[in-house]
Amino acid sequence: MGIKGMKREDFEDNESLDLLTASGSNILLTTVDDVINWGRKNSLWPLTFATRCCGIEMMAAGAPRHDFARFGMEVYRASPRQADVIVVAGTIVHKMAPVLKRLYDQMSEPKYVVAMGACAISGGPFFLNSYSVVKGVEHVIPVDVYVPGCPPRPEALLYGMLQLQRLIETQTIKSRKERNASHDYK
Amino acid sequence: MEEKEKIATPDELQEYFINMGPQHPSTHGVLRLLVSLKGEMVQSVQPHVGYIHSGIEKMCESITYPQIIHLTDRMDYLSAHINNEAVCLNVEKALEVDIPDRIKVIRTIMSELTRIQSHQLWWASFGMDLGGLTCFFYGLRDREKVLDIFEETCGGRMIVSYSCPGGLMYDIHPNFQKRVKDFIKYFRKILPEYDQLLSGNVIFHERSKGIGKLTKEDAISFGITGPSGRASGFSCDVRKHEPYSAYDRVHFNEVLLTEGDTFSRYIARIEEMRESMNIIEQLIDNIPEGPFTVKMKPVIKLPEGEYYQRVETARGELGVFVISDGNKNPYRVKFRSPNFCNLSVLDHISRGFKIADLVAIGGSLDLIIPDIDR
Amino acid sequence: MDKIQLGEFINSIAGALEIKEGNQYLEVTVPPSLLYKLARQLREKEESQFDFLFCITGVDYGADLGVIYHLRSTIYDHSVVLKTRTSDRENPILDSVADIWHAADFHEREVYDLLGIKFKNHPDLRRLFLDNSWGFPLRKDYVDDVNIVTK
Repeated sequence: MGIKGMKREDFEDNESLDLLTASGSNILLTTVDDVINWGRKNSLWPLTFATRCCGIEMMAAGAPRHDFARFGMEVYRASPRQADVIVVAGTIVHKMAPVLKRLYDQMSEPKYVVAMGACAISGGPFFLNSYSVVKGVEHVIPVDVYVPGCPPRPEALLYGMLQLQRLIETQTIKSRKERNASHDYK
Repeated sequence: MEEKEKIATPDELQEYFINMGPQHPSTHGVLRLLVSLKGEMVQSVQPHVGYIHSGIEKMCESITYPQIIHLTDRMDYLSAHINNEAVCLNVEKALEVDIPDRIKVIRTIMSELTRIQSHQLWWASFGMDLGGLTCFFYGLRDREKVLDIFEETCGGRMIVSYSCPGGLMYDIHPNFQKRVKDFIKYFRKILPEYDQLLSGNVIFHERSKGIGKLTKEDAISFGITGPSGRASGFSCDVRKHEPYSAYDRVHFNEVLLTEGDTFSRYIARIEEMRESMNIIEQLIDNIPEGPFTVKMKPVIKLPEGEYYQRVETARGELGVFVISDGNKNPYRVKFRSPNFCNLSVLDHISRGFKIADLVAIGGSLDLIIPDIDR
Repeated sequence: MDKIQLGEFINSIAGALEIKEGNQYLEVTVPPSLLYKLARQLREKEESQFDFLFCITGVDYGADLGVIYHLRSTIYDHSVVLKTRTSDRENPILDSVADIWHAADFHEREVYDLLGIKFKNHPDLRRLFLDNSWGFPLRKDYVDDVNIVTK
């Protein structure tokens, strides 16, 4: 189960995984959780949202050489109502931040966010002395996976998406609600 | 009781607004178009920009000249190497530094490879916008070969930062010449495939011939340079008028067409890819020996004055205007970006066409939005 | 026309103006009241025909605010730079050249947005990148304690 080729022991340094597997839960719900999570993680459909150069690397990840579709991200949906994950690829500026928040709100649960590239993680090359860049998309929407790089290679983005699949696999219905409630918007 | 249905005649159609918002698959970036329509005919298009405005020009006033290069990479990211070259040439011209031939030839070869890769991505997304999804896969498949060459020599796939004031960051990889020659041989065989897919396609002809005509006078008045301007007959190629680097020692044709519609802009770019390959072929076998960088002072200070350098990016003429007051930070840097001027003509040429044609016109103008907003 | 002939030509149509030979282009400093008339004549006269406006730059000189126009002729292949300044920082107003060259439309909006210089007779002077409550970032006295680090 999980990502082919990687042993479970290799992810030992991830605390949340240990906590979740150690918490233990109802056997009936665990099986239902497994099936639901298996379905969700194997067909994550991203929203077309590319702001800057990382968008081109995201397109290259969908191109023939590093194929996105073999991991389940078959199509890009243009409408937020039909998408599962939003890959924020590029810089977010003060003028764009309300638009991004609105898109995120329009997506239906379950929804995930991947912050791709240095600009989305912390402002990137525009961190110092730029008057209009939001220093990290974390200030606007809650982020699940950070993919560093400027721009990250398509292989790095694929690794980030596989980490997201692993994260989905270990979530239960209860932990998802707790996570959404605890995020505070700065 | 029968009620007669009242069907609105074209004269009674109301004008209404549609927002092609910042997040849209066909606007190639965060561009918001407020389109006013009557039925399906476009009455006017108002572009709203600023959704990616990062304040690069203000940032440049607090950083040193070699650091500006890393920001220019991210403006028009598909012509990253050419943007870097513009700043380096400006600094070298101001300091009156003599650049050895090897550097000039390598910079020219990399610029032309950048141009080919940018047009490949344009072709891929243009075909995809019009509905031909195969073009996306073909174009990006071939673009990966150019990105492999960049990665081996410069370290980065698209964002290269390879030029620096005084020369290049590192010397070319020993495999460079062989890989470039192999790529050109491969791509010359593939380009007819692109013609078979789109250029000869009757549906494509219906969707692009006669759409979005731009006359030569309008192109000059609006300042449209690059393949979009040359498709209307405006001879604006900076490589011919003010040659820089190694462009004065190669023979190539400036691709000029007269029609000025979407189809001409398409053909101009396809022909430009062929001309770029001709330029590379003339230079790749005779790269002169020599140093790959010239010793510069550790802190670069430009003498007081104003310096303007023009280069030909894949989309038009990029101008870097530096006002220096003698310090290590510039006083004011202005980037005259080609996409900024190319956007202003969108309203003028799309009036009277349908909204599906607006997508075709926008794709043929080849806009990169971060270059507009800087 | 080369630089000397251009200088004489401009002096003949606009009177004595401060003309300097810069590193690359001929630089003409014009008072704001004469700008529109000179620009129109440079565009329309047979000998000059400057039909390509390729760059408008707004500059904050510290005490003054100025605008620099780069012009080129596609027929004769000569270029000239027009510079103008105004010392009114509260309410700077210059004449718009948007009806002479269409390229000036967007460029002047950008100068208004980033520096606050208004242009008379502009068809649609609105802020381009930022919204109305923002200051004018490219001015040297723009203060932003959160984002901008002053040394």
